[in-house]
Amino acid sequence: MGKKLLIHNDKVPGIATLEVYRQHGGYASVEKALKTMTPPEVLEEVKKSGLRGRGGAGFPTGMKWSFLARPEGVERYLVCNADESEPGTFKDRYLMEVIPHLLIEGMITSSYALGAKTSYIYIRGEYFYVARILEKALDEAYAAGLLGKNILGSDFSHDCYVQVGGGAYICGEETALLESLEGKRGNPRIKPPFPAIAGVWGCPTVVNNVETIATVCPIIMMGGDEYAKIGIGRSTGTKLISASGHINKPGVYEIELGLPVEEFIYSEEYCGGIINGRKLKAVVAGGSSVPILPAELILKNDKGEPRLMSYESLSEGGFATGTMLGSGGFIVYDETTSIVKNLYTFARFYHHESCGQCSPCREGTGWMEKILHRIVEGHGKPSDIDLLWDIQRKIEGNTICPLGDAAAWPVASAIRHFRAEFEEYINHPEKIKDVKHYYSVHQLAGA
Amino acid sequence: MAKVTIDGHTIEVPDGTTILQAARMLVDKNPEVDAKIAPPTMCYYSKLKTSGGYCRTCIVKVTKGSEKDPRPMPKPVASCRTNVMDGMEVVNITSPELLEARKGVVEFLLINHPLDCPICDQAGECHLQDLGYEHGLAKTRYDFSRRTFAQIDIGPYIKLHMTRCIMCFRCIKVADQITNNRFQGMLFRGDASEISTYIEKAIDNDFSGNVIDVCPVGALTDRTWRFKSRVWFTKPMDAHRNCTKCSGKVAIWMKGNEVLRVTSRKDQWGEAIDWICNDCRFEKKDAKDWVIEKPSHISRHSVISQNHYENLAQLKLDIGKQQKQIASKK
Amino acid sequence: MAQVEIKFNEETLALVHKMIKRYPEGKHKSALLPILHIAQAEFGGWLSPETMDYVASVLNIKPIEVYEVASFYSMYNLKPVGKCLLEVCRTSSCWTRGAEDVVKHLEKKLGIKEGETTKDGMFTIKTVECLGSCGTAPLLQCGASYHENLTLEKVDKLLEDYRAAGKRRSYTDMDYKNTL
Repeated sequence: MGKKLLIHNDKVPGIATLEVYRQHGGYASVEKALKTMTPPEVLEEVKKSGLRGRGGAGFPTGMKWSFLARPEGVERYLVCNADESEPGTFKDRYLMEVIPHLLIEGMITSSYALGAKTSYIYIRGEYFYVARILEKALDEAYAAGLLGKNILGSDFSHDCYVQVGGGAYICGEETALLESLEGKRGNPRIKPPFPAIAGVWGCPTVVNNVETIATVCPIIMMGGDEYAKIGIGRSTGTKLISASGHINKPGVYEIELGLPVEEFIYSEEYCGGIINGRKLKAVVAGGSSVPILPAELILKNDKGEPRLMSYESLSEGGFATGTMLGSGGFIVYDETTSIVKNLYTFARFYHHESCGQCSPCREGTGWMEKILHRIVEGHGKPSDIDLLWDIQRKIEGNTICPLGDAAAWPVASAIRHFRAEFEEYINHPEKIKDVKHYYSVHQLAGA
Repeated sequence: MAKVTIDGHTIEVPDGTTILQAARMLVDKNPEVDAKIAPPTMCYYSKLKTSGGYCRTCIVKVTKGSEKDPRPMPKPVASCRTNVMDGMEVVNITSPELLEARKGVVEFLLINHPLDCPICDQAGECHLQDLGYEHGLAKTRYDFSRRTFAQIDIGPYIKLHMTRCIMCFRCIKVADQITNNRFQGMLFRGDASEISTYIEKAIDNDFSGNVIDVCPVGALTDRTWRFKSRVWFTKPMDAHRNCTKCSGKVAIWMKGNEVLRVTSRKDQWGEAIDWICNDCRFEKKDAKDWVIEKPSHISRHSVISQNHYENLAQLKLDIGKQQKQIASKK
Repeated sequence: MAQVEIKFNEETLALVHKMIKRYPEGKHKSALLPILHIAQAEFGGWLSPETMDYVASVLNIKPIEVYEVASFYSMYNLKPVGKCLLEVCRTSSCWTRGAEDVVKHLEKKLGIKEGETTKDGMFTIKTVECLGSCGTAPLLQCGASYHENLTLEKVDKLLEDYRAAGKRRSYTDMDYKNTL
């Protein structure tokens, strides 16, 4: 069994309630931090832990915190990014739904380190019921004196609120999230200034992912140095992986970073292998935005070494042969899957979610979707593959926010690794006619 | 002060200057410098706060961040929203790679543009036409149907032809910053976004007509000028009148002795020099309303600047004056 | 359908004012998104121009600021929808596990196409992008409830239950069901 720090108690009955959560050591990090540590000491532990942002970008959390501007007389805010919308990712929902107090505990401890009197949990609107669960947990925490004035008799007072979104993937981008929190359209801001200087309502703000904030609790309890011993190299600690697609046991798994990919896919402890003993075709390892890799490149890197679940190992070989850990949204595709059709679902997604502010993304995502739709329908042109390649290349790097890159990479990687499949679609449309492009697990349509 | 080098030309500018402003200063101060080193802009407007950054046509490559931190910036940056640093080095027209990226941006702006220039009132002074001419492909690679919208009359003066809009946000910023009550805004999302009033409310404000001047394309046009003439058949004159609402300093566009339209005067970057009021713009179409100063200086953005319009028109104006003087002496 | 009066009752108004207090003085616009959810739930499941104007007046902001926001986010309906808006996720993970079959089945069963509403105003089918339920795919969201690990039998049962209950489902419902 690998080490678990976050969801080791997820099967304990009643763990969503404050009472049971506290019986299992809950809110100990709040007690420890508020009673025995200064805010800079808390920050120092997070720095030492080597924790990297769990939302997707993997930026060192301690460094992000240390960038926070602290001008006199200006409020600072902590905002939790619970706008989990990256296709393939559902770990934050699991964490918040099953152990809501873990996030709230992390919010209090982190806010103490940052000197934030108020924090907000911005949760995607679709997770409305999860917001209800969080609000209930917040009420319990207020009643127990863990939130509000003079927490646990200390000088530290803190308020935490839940804010629901309205349905927009782009609000997972931190500045779009802040715009949305201000009651506006989720248009990413042009940076600089970064949120650490001017965030919500122009005040210094730290925006962190749910899992990142939750991880602060075990870090404070065990100490940053101890935490850093878990994992591998610069990929310290544990990570929640959302596993989905053609596997026997989809779900959320907490892994110690450095676990071999092959073990993750095939061992009974995790995904339990490919459904019906079929062959693995490809994997999207870190949410829809990261490059898709064919089986041979996800199991082993270009040097033939086993690929590990870590920031470094997954990105080894660059985009030519590697990918990214991203948000940990691990989607597995078996041999029956059409990579072209799957890419079409991604392209449709990014087209739907583009905010429309900047031209390459606004126009390019729709264009790519239209071309892919034509190919999937059997009307593709031989020039379409190169055209798609050129469009994604002209979106990448030229947009305000990373959504442009996120829309470009899946297209680039699918063409890079599965070009022959695109050619097949275009040159032999008769072959794809009436063929089911995926293997339905539940035999839904009586297949 | 910060020293910045753009395409090999160095200039010292105050801290807080953007790369774009620095490039424009370089061009303004040095007649020998190619004006094209100032990146083209479709959404930036120096007089509108927080404008720019959206269209991406003004992207440049920063090959050296600053003297202190010489690392290059990993991606092209919007020059209109990126401040210079001391020692920064920037490439624009000297980088084929960057020009290729810009070409991509121009293509994106054009794929859903209707290219109805033959019947567009903006033709001849359209920034997108110029941009397409300088950076575009000769042929479109987009073979799907283009996005279309119904035309909307926003009150008696302004026509919104959303199909032509490239979403530069300038008109929204004018409405927000120049007028005191904003009715129109950006609705919907992604490539379905549109500028609209949602429930076609008239824009009722003394300065609302300025949205027409800031529109880089023919999406917002002057209903009082609609289909009156092609712009290149008219003669723009700097003129003024005593106005209680604005400076009264405008350009009137004449055909013979008729005033076909009134606009703000534009600087060499195509930006309005003074915001003008709706009275001056829409209601004063009699030559007697105006004191004509001189033929307008026309920016490089207009077809009118061809054939030395300014000199010829000044000549005609002078001859006219002389004839009048001779006539009065007689 | 009876005309709904576009006005929050006392209780809702109190909730709205409590929400506004979550934000610093003068930043009341921040409450716009949650309040639009409440308005949508209370005034017939969609945001009519009248509803949006009302929300603008409650928050003391310009109507255009409400239109801009309401039209940006996918959960706000700018046109009337059925009492049960059946939102089927169709992105990659759900697609690999049969989301297209769920949609086809719904279309056949209800006799309408995706995007349409049944004549009795009971159901609307809508396909949506990733709902964060990839591990329990395929799924369908209706109001606050997530119906996961769907099979066609489960879909049939769901339609029956919803039809029998006959009430409008909203994101703000407290009696949500989820199968995680």
